[in-house]
Amino acid sequence: MFDGADALLLARLQFAFTVSFHFIFPAFSIGLASYLAVLEGLWLKTGKQLYLDLFRYWVKIFAITVAMGVVSGIVMSYQFGTNWSVFSDRAGPVIGPLMAYEVLTAFFLEAGFLGVMLFGMNRVGKKLHFAATCMVAVGTAVSAFWILSVNSWMQTPTGHVLADNGQFVPGDSWWDIVFNPSFPFRLVHTVIAAYLTTAFVVGGVGAWHLLRDRTNAHARKMFSMAMWMAALVAPVQIFAGDMHGLNTLEHQPAKVMAMEGHFDSYPEGAPLILFGIPNQAEKRVDYAVEIPGLSSLILAHEWGAALPGLDTIPDDEEPPVGVVFWSFRIMVAIGFLMLGLGLWSLIARWRGTLYDWPALHRAALIMAPSGFVAVIAGWVTTEVGRQPWTIYGLMRTAESASPLDAPAVGASLLAFIVVYFAVFGVGTWYILRLMNKTPHAGETPVEDAPIRTAGITPGPTQNPGGGRRLPEGGDERGEEG
Amino acid sequence: MDLTTIWAFIIAFAVFAYVVMDGFDLGIGILFPAFPVGQGRNRAMNSVAPVWDGNETWLVLGGGGLMAAFPLAYAVILPATYPLIIAMLLGLIFRGVAFEFRWRDPAHRPFWDFSFCAGSFVAAMAQGMTLGALLQGISVEDRSYAGSWFDWLTPYTLLTGLGVVAGYALLGACWLIWKLEGDVQRRAYRLATFAAIATLVLMAGVSLYNLALLDQYRERWLDMPNILFASQVPLLTAIIAFLLFYGLKRRWELAPFLLSLGLFLLGMAGLGVTMWPYVVPDTLTIWDTAAPQSSQIFMLIGVAITLPLILAYTGWAYWVFRGKVGAEGYH
Repeated sequence: MFDGADALLLARLQFAFTVSFHFIFPAFSIGLASYLAVLEGLWLKTGKQLYLDLFRYWVKIFAITVAMGVVSGIVMSYQFGTNWSVFSDRAGPVIGPLMAYEVLTAFFLEAGFLGVMLFGMNRVGKKLHFAATCMVAVGTAVSAFWILSVNSWMQTPTGHVLADNGQFVPGDSWWDIVFNPSFPFRLVHTVIAAYLTTAFVVGGVGAWHLLRDRTNAHARKMFSMAMWMAALVAPVQIFAGDMHGLNTLEHQPAKVMAMEGHFDSYPEGAPLILFGIPNQAEKRVDYAVEIPGLSSLILAHEWGAALPGLDTIPDDEEPPVGVVFWSFRIMVAIGFLMLGLGLWSLIARWRGTLYDWPALHRAALIMAPSGFVAVIAGWVTTEVGRQPWTIYGLMRTAESASPLDAPAVGASLLAFIVVYFAVFGVGTWYILRLMNKTPHAGETPVEDAPIRTAGITPGPTQNPGGGRRLPEGGDERGEEG
Repeated sequence: MDLTTIWAFIIAFAVFAYVVMDGFDLGIGILFPAFPVGQGRNRAMNSVAPVWDGNETWLVLGGGGLMAAFPLAYAVILPATYPLIIAMLLGLIFRGVAFEFRWRDPAHRPFWDFSFCAGSFVAAMAQGMTLGALLQGISVEDRSYAGSWFDWLTPYTLLTGLGVVAGYALLGACWLIWKLEGDVQRRAYRLATFAAIATLVLMAGVSLYNLALLDQYRERWLDMPNILFASQVPLLTAIIAFLLFYGLKRRWELAPFLLSLGLFLLGMAGLGVTMWPYVVPDTLTIWDTAAPQSSQIFMLIGVAITLPLILAYTGWAYWVFRGKVGAEGYH
């Protein structure tokens, strides 16, 4: 009842589903880890309890996020083999080592120091604890470096040669593979996206509590810090995105044509299509609202520059235009909304009403999840836009899948969907519940919530007195079962 | 020793590190219902809460390293054991999130306790069955898995699956003996004894089954002069088993854990005797599946630099959380 194409489609859906879901967690934890390092650093520098409170408030949320990121990430490291075995065999010699480096230099660092970061404050002292927090932050960022290098190599493959057995094998220089042409742009754009995503979550939570109590010092501090990020980093991100787009135009022109909705070539200057409904069958954009010549100005920096369209690309090498066209617009629109909120916060700051402008707080609250939407939309743009290739121009998606039958892939897809929505849905609910708690002075540490109280006996050297070392108010809770 | 052999040992090391380190985490999960709700369970989980994430990372190194160093093996084994791998991943999801979720939601703690236990059991069973599916042979054609859907499901793989579950339970129980005190510790001693018996019986069963499974396995174990070396493995196992039971009876605290690590090391050695130099018995050798030399060298540099560091800071993290868990509650 199923044929090969169904198995392929199901495998693609499975990868898209698991990677998109997974992406949400690191997009948040990369930024949050750095934010926590900043908060702890400020606490050590200034000695102000406020920063420690904020650290403890967010580290609980971080713990849940990381747990979900880790378990959904392990799925990814096996998806290549289970569903894309032909790709794994052929590309393994090139991308495998990069992923091994990711494990060695990032995952171990993150996981190895996480325990100390979450539970070790009383055992190692402030400075070592801060070092552990920094290691976790560095680990999350290094992991982005390697995995985006892998992804970029698949988008803009360089530095490899094709072996007789069909494998892509490294050429003379690993540098050419790691620093392939799209990698620096993708890395910058994605890491900034993670920081912005976190800033908007932090800002949204701050705004939520300001709406309840505009005098809450903790809410004020997090809102202010987040709005600085929005105001300063959103414009940088728009610039970085533009650079990334120009790089894509150079290396993957078909993707940009799909993003722009340019089915036809424009020898005398291409219009910027603001909205419309791409009609791939008829090869045109219906109901297009367009600004003549602007696309040429943006992409070629010249009014009236000629731009080729999808009519120059063979039909069987065209990406699905509709998805790319829309996901790109969603991402860009959110980018400009973020910029707008950042500017608004600057005005509010200048007027001295940053904490007393409910409309601003409501806007920040609505924008809290916008980073996630933008990240996923950007991901869809770049991944659907490079279809029908897994290794751009060299290996087709259709040639990459495992020799599996559709029911097997379909069943596992269904299992992933059910489990992810249930488990990560619940986890998200727990996170929202924590965010709903008012940040306050004397925030409890993570090991002390209703939690791990019985804790772990402090090591003898750190605890010469031998007494219990649970911080403020931390007596034997959590033993209630 | 050529690079491919070195890489086979590195992957074997990563797999072994995963098996023993996440082994005791998963073992605690498997035994979780045997501990009383409340303090007992809290402490059992606390004993691994700071380290489980690092322990699980070895699984990513095992999988990622296999793809990098032996891409063809990765591309054949994973589709052949597809349902097992998916089950393992889903099991690990339920197990992993339970560490955070059970503390966050006391009202639903029984559910997350169940998720912790069932997830651990499914992951352990799936890992053991994957090993069995590998050992019983995988049909390969034209660089791809060529068998059918349910090749992985046989009495033999069920046996290896249960063997790994029992072995992990043994590790978990011995870890808890080391990290806990009082009532919970006494319970762990009893559980360790049962788990040790089950582990040894299943180990023996799998070993004997192996001799009947493939002629080549029999030759590797029983032909002269191999038997002179290979026979040391069961002999040492018997000695360690004796010490383990003796130690459990005498209420030794650390030794049972180290001895059960020794059992796993011998199991790994036995596996080496059985499989070497094949990675997919008896179809693909490590050299058939190896990545080209430049990939091997590039990664070897990374391993040489980072692995000592990883071991150092992992060791440090264990050191930070040394000592008994929750002792203050008892005095």
